[in-house]
Amino acid sequence: MNLKLKALTKSIWVFHAATSPCNNCDIEILDLLTPRHDVERFGMVLVGSVRHADALLVTGVPNYKTKERLKKLYSQAPKPCIVVAIGGCACGRIMFRDSYNSPCAVDEIIPVDVYIPGCPPKPEAMIAGIVKLINKINKAQT
Amino acid sequence: MLKLLFQYLIFPGFLFSACVGLIACWVDRKVTARVQYRVGPPWYQNFVDIIKLLGKETIVPEGSRLTFLLAPYFGLLSVVLVAMILGRTLISPVESFIGDLIVVLYLLVIPAISLIIGAFASRNPFASVGGSREMKLVLGYELVFILSVITVIIKTSSNIRLDNILIFQQEFGSLVFSWSGLIAFICALICTQAKLGFVPFDMAEAEQEIMAGALIEYSGLPLAIFRLTKAILLYVMPLFLIVLFMGKDTSPIFLIAKYILILVIIILIKNTNPRLRIDQALKFFWGKLAILNIIAVVLAMLGY
Repeated sequence: MNLKLKALTKSIWVFHAATSPCNNCDIEILDLLTPRHDVERFGMVLVGSVRHADALLVTGVPNYKTKERLKKLYSQAPKPCIVVAIGGCACGRIMFRDSYNSPCAVDEIIPVDVYIPGCPPKPEAMIAGIVKLINKINKAQT
Repeated sequence: MLKLLFQYLIFPGFLFSACVGLIACWVDRKVTARVQYRVGPPWYQNFVDIIKLLGKETIVPEGSRLTFLLAPYFGLLSVVLVAMILGRTLISPVESFIGDLIVVLYLLVIPAISLIIGAFASRNPFASVGGSREMKLVLGYELVFILSVITVIIKTSSNIRLDNILIFQQEFGSLVFSWSGLIAFICALICTQAKLGFVPFDMAEAEQEIMAGALIEYSGLPLAIFRLTKAILLYVMPLFLIVLFMGKDTSPIFLIAKYILILVIIILIKNTNPRLRIDQALKFFWGKLAILNIIAVVLAMLGY
């Protein structure tokens, strides 16, 4: 039990779930893989299939179409699965809150573990968010 | 019987080859990272990956569930068997048997077949595209690979025993230093690239176009087994090449040095090439490489 979670925190494979973002956060996520930040140091890899994923990185405001897709994606991911809301849109819908095509926020569809605000958040902020989550998991274990 | 079981499960077999293979996978990731000016993962990264996958939930898609779940095991079992045969040949050559070269050749195809079967059993369109690409790739590289093995057989006066091939090379020098041996070695190295599913021949798992291709529906334990199979294959294939082409000196230090040399060549080819399309790969294997290898066979028959 302990070993399982410990291994999970050491090798987080992330899946990129873009629910109609403006692509700004997505570029910042890809920035994490570049030589300057290189999250593969911590065993984080971007995977193509949701079946391999340990973490869903959700960006953007869900609209009527992507809402269903996001729900489906979460149910397709093998548990335990972490959900990270990246950017102001995914955290709280900011200026799209009263928009006609925005039915709900991300955390009303699926349970979100980490919120990383910013428009877009810096790569450092994302790493800090993940580190906070890992610390939380480790603390809950001991 | 107990000794065989020990050899299969622990020393030249499963446990040893899995450890070496996972460390070789780490070398792959580390060298890739250094080529791209990154730092790369720590050495235990692949072990952690496997342990993590063992703890994850296994999702089985609708379709033939039993085939889907059983397919990874066949690949793992056969590749461990190859590791055991090669390890035994290198440690105590008397224990090999007539025709083990051919047995190894057959066993090395099974991981690819298990991948194809698993992909088709999952009923995913991306997986079936990946599976069909893998099938075409197997048809492509298997011809060239067998031709280069035939070159070795001709050079070593019709030997199909691995220990005799080793003894021949210890007497007359490594085959890679003769003309036909060199050409066959280069062809076999490129086939190794395709067998391991590395760039430029990774179209079965092309991450950018068909996501994870054949592995798309796999999660948890079966995915861990597929990754382990890949890792052991990364240990077995260079070892097989060493036995066939560089068997002059098989003392441990030389063996490790040769292994690392071949591993780094494979990784550098992986990092400096773009992915080929499947039709380009087939043309490459059946056209240029096959002709090159037939030249090697002819040279070997003429005694060069």
